[in-house]
Amino acid sequence: PALYFHSGEREEKCIIEDVPSDTLVIGNYKVQQWDIHKQEFLESAPGLGMFVTVTAPSDEVLLKKLYGPQATFSFTSYMSGEHIICLQSNSTRLTAFAGSKLRIHLDIRVGEHFLDEAVAQAKDKVNDVSFKLGHLLEQIQHIHKEQNYERLREEKFRKTSEETNSNILWWAIVQTLILIFVGIWQIKSLKDFFIAKKLV
Amino acid sequence: LSLLLLLLLAACATCTSEITFELPDNAKQCFYEEITQGTKCTLEFQVITGGHYDVDCQLEDSDGIVLYKEMKKQYDSFTFTVSRNGTYKFCFSNEFSTFTHKTVYFDFQVEDPPLFPSESRVTALTQMESACVSIHEALKSVINYQTHFRLREAQGRSRAEDLNTRVAYWSIGEAIILLVVSIGQVFLLKSFFSDKRTTTTCVGS
Repeated sequence: PALYFHSGEREEKCIIEDVPSDTLVIGNYKVQQWDIHKQEFLESAPGLGMFVTVTAPSDEVLLKKLYGPQATFSFTSYMSGEHIICLQSNSTRLTAFAGSKLRIHLDIRVGEHFLDEAVAQAKDKVNDVSFKLGHLLEQIQHIHKEQNYERLREEKFRKTSEETNSNILWWAIVQTLILIFVGIWQIKSLKDFFIAKKLV
Repeated sequence: LSLLLLLLLAACATCTSEITFELPDNAKQCFYEEITQGTKCTLEFQVITGGHYDVDCQLEDSDGIVLYKEMKKQYDSFTFTVSRNGTYKFCFSNEFSTFTHKTVYFDFQVEDPPLFPSESRVTALTQMESACVSIHEALKSVINYQTHFRLREAQGRSRAEDLNTRVAYWSIGEAIILLVVSIGQVFLLKSFFSDKRTTTTCVGS
């Protein structure tokens, strides 16, 4: 039961994944095309491909490939941060004619492997349990990585707050000093001016 | 490869789809999911960045009956049991906002009834299996809590960064305005007295 959403034929849809470093992200999608004549979505979309673009937080493109209407893609994050996964169809029809919609089924898994897949491959009970244990270990490692990443982010958050605090203090002092000095300068300047003009 | 895909899509006791996406201003984004009758589902969403950190959310069942509708919410969690088979639709709308983009995270969990009926025989190996399953469930809830914490921290950090930039720009702007206005005042005052000598004598008499 995968989630799906609609998209314009030449529209680019992006999702954001904030992942720690060295994390495997697996995505699989299925694209269906709207048939204007039958007024329903076709079961498959032959000839239609999807450009999958993955951008790292440093704006470096990690993955940019053309896949078919149904595919699985994966990438490993080198650095922690927000990775942007974009899907765009390779339809070359003009926007006026390309009024048909696309239905995109999407499922993104971060840092996980599948218990059931390994279990289905298990030959006997012992293997089955050892696969399950391996999977649990991976889960714990994923949690550990996320915790580390969270610590870094919280530190950045704290630095930003402290910077705001010192900014406010420093600028308040600077503004008060400007006020005092400019005030003194104003009075002095006007006093000299009036004395020079022989008005006082 | 197709078998793998089938396993990925079909066999999961608890399927969770979570997506973080950017919702542009005046935009509405809908997601659909086909659910079978009797399953318990939870929709949870949170706005991470943007404006007042709020979004409209609406959940409809296969007949178009609105199950959940909230305007300008920052965070909410909604659990419901599916009464009939069909495609459920939920939409996020940023149509009330004129120029702020919002980053929205949502999490849609579908809990199937348990696939494996409980076995009556209790052997050492089966106990180990059930221990594995319960550890797996516990770790899943740890990951869930971690995600919540991460989202709240992201939201707080986004606000803090906004505040920092605003304080910096406003302070600089104020200092400049202060200098310009006070220096300008003096020169303006001086200019009143320097040019119009003749007019002051006229006014005096």
